[in-house]
Amino acid sequence: MKSIGKYFMFLGSLFVNRESFRTYVKLILDESILIGVKSIFIVVIVSTFIGAVTAVQTAFNLVSPLIANYVIGLIVRDMTILELAPTITAIVFAGKVGSNIAGGLGTMRITEQIDALEVMGINASSYLVLPKVIASMLMYPLLVILACFLCIYGGYLAGTLTNAVTGEEYIYGIRFGFNEFTISFMLVKSVVFAFLVSSISAYKGFFTKGGALEVGIASTSAVTNSCIAILLADYLLAQLLL
Amino acid sequence: MIEISDIKKSFDDVEVLKGISGTFYQGKTNLIIGASGTGKSVLLKCMVGLVKPDEGNILYDGRDFTHADRDLKTEIRREIGMLFQGSALFDSKSVEENVMFPLDILTTMPKSEKLERVNFCLQRVGLSDVNNKMPSEISGGMKKRVGIARAIVNNVKYLFCDEPNSGLDPQTSILIDNLIHEITEEFGITTVVVTHDMNSVMEIGDHIMFLHKGVKEWDGDNESMLTTDVKELQDFIYANKFMKRFRNNPTI
Ligand SMILES: Nc1ncnc2c1ncn2[C@@H]1O[C@H](COP(=O)(O)OP(=O)(O)OP(=O)(O)O)[C@@H](O)[C@H]1O
Ligand SMILES: [Mg+2]
Repeated sequence: MKSIGKYFMFLGSLFVNRESFRTYVKLILDESILIGVKSIFIVVIVSTFIGAVTAVQTAFNLVSPLIANYVIGLIVRDMTILELAPTITAIVFAGKVGSNIAGGLGTMRITEQIDALEVMGINASSYLVLPKVIASMLMYPLLVILACFLCIYGGYLAGTLTNAVTGEEYIYGIRFGFNEFTISFMLVKSVVFAFLVSSISAYKGFFTKGGALEVGIASTSAVTNSCIAILLADYLLAQLLL
Repeated sequence: MIEISDIKKSFDDVEVLKGISGTFYQGKTNLIIGASGTGKSVLLKCMVGLVKPDEGNILYDGRDFTHADRDLKTEIRREIGMLFQGSALFDSKSVEENVMFPLDILTTMPKSEKLERVNFCLQRVGLSDVNNKMPSEISGGMKKRVGIARAIVNNVKYLFCDEPNSGLDPQTSILIDNLIHEITEEFGITTVVVTHDMNSVMEIGDHIMFLHKGVKEWDGDNESMLTTDVKELQDFIYANKFMKRFRNNPTI
């Protein structure tokens, strides 16, 4: 409970006594490359395979003479947009970016780099953390869109290669009864998840005390806490918005 | 000149600083000495504003830092440079970027002028040809030098050093000590150095404050320190064999 209060105070501190706008633009660009571009590889791998697996397993479970093959496309599409692309990618994102943020800030804390910033009169939390949070919220939705596309494409590849479904049927399936709102829902979710992962990980890293061992602990607990927060938020958003 | 009066600080019921007062003089190397765990680093952190003291005042040339509003605090902070125990260089930035950083953030100088100033400071601390190296590629002694260059780059009036020669060999320690001492006199800086190295005390200590268990037990210059009758200080000074020779023959 106490740490939740401290977390909200930490969030508040991001917005006081900031540096010039130009400084932030540069920092956000740097962080976007670090957070966004460097995560593309893992997102590509994970989402393509998840799409493929979903298609194969749906085919295995559902296909009977009574159900048309295009249903595979439809199911892959809905699962991807609603859950797989935003949420599974968020878990991957927590593992990659969250641990990186916590480890980086934790190291800066124990080697007094954060103190060095503060002695210069810089609000270290806003200088170091705000660009990471903003860059995450800008980049993560883009990663999710990429994941979404690849996941559905992975399903197409697996479905057609195993002859579970023809290309035309799959395409028909993914266009059948499409509800645009699910895309907005996916994007809302991704912005929320990005905020949670980056701010929780930054919080864990920023208040690291001790030595190298504690930095490791901070990274681990950043990932665990981010995952819990993602799943809670996932449930709450589904209740609220669907 | 920095004056502190009655600084108190506790961490969860443990009183670390029990009311410390004293003066640190301009153009002089002022030392804070004492055994491990007596609160030297905490006192230094209180003075630069990293830790908020529970009670007491800190005056920077008459300006009250502890109760200053945001503008005055920022103004004073820009006049402060600090060398950290582990140098605290930003490890994602090169040596040059590290030294330039305070100028980037705190001034509106054009790039060429900044570069000139950075090179001047790096040269002053005896470093050349390392501008593009990363902190992980240079030795501990060089890191300290870069740390000093970064601390003084913005024409600071006050320089704080936390154990500037911990982890260095005796020769490099003396070089770093002398560098701090020279810079202090050359630029008329008010320098405060935390140390427990008796060698530094004898070499560069213009004015010395001795802390023991959170209390200031003694202050004065290093000559009169050797003939002190404060028991704790005597124990501290003469803990090593080399210093015992001074005791028997204070004229060496
Ligand atoms: N942030 C903190 N929270 C709790 N206790 C602290 C904190 N910082 C320092 N202390 C305590 O204050 C006491 C004095 O610590 P300090 O670091 O000032 O010692 P020191 O005199 O600098 O010793 P050393 O020579 O070993 O660096 C120690 O007992 C330490 O445990
Ligand atoms: Mg210390």
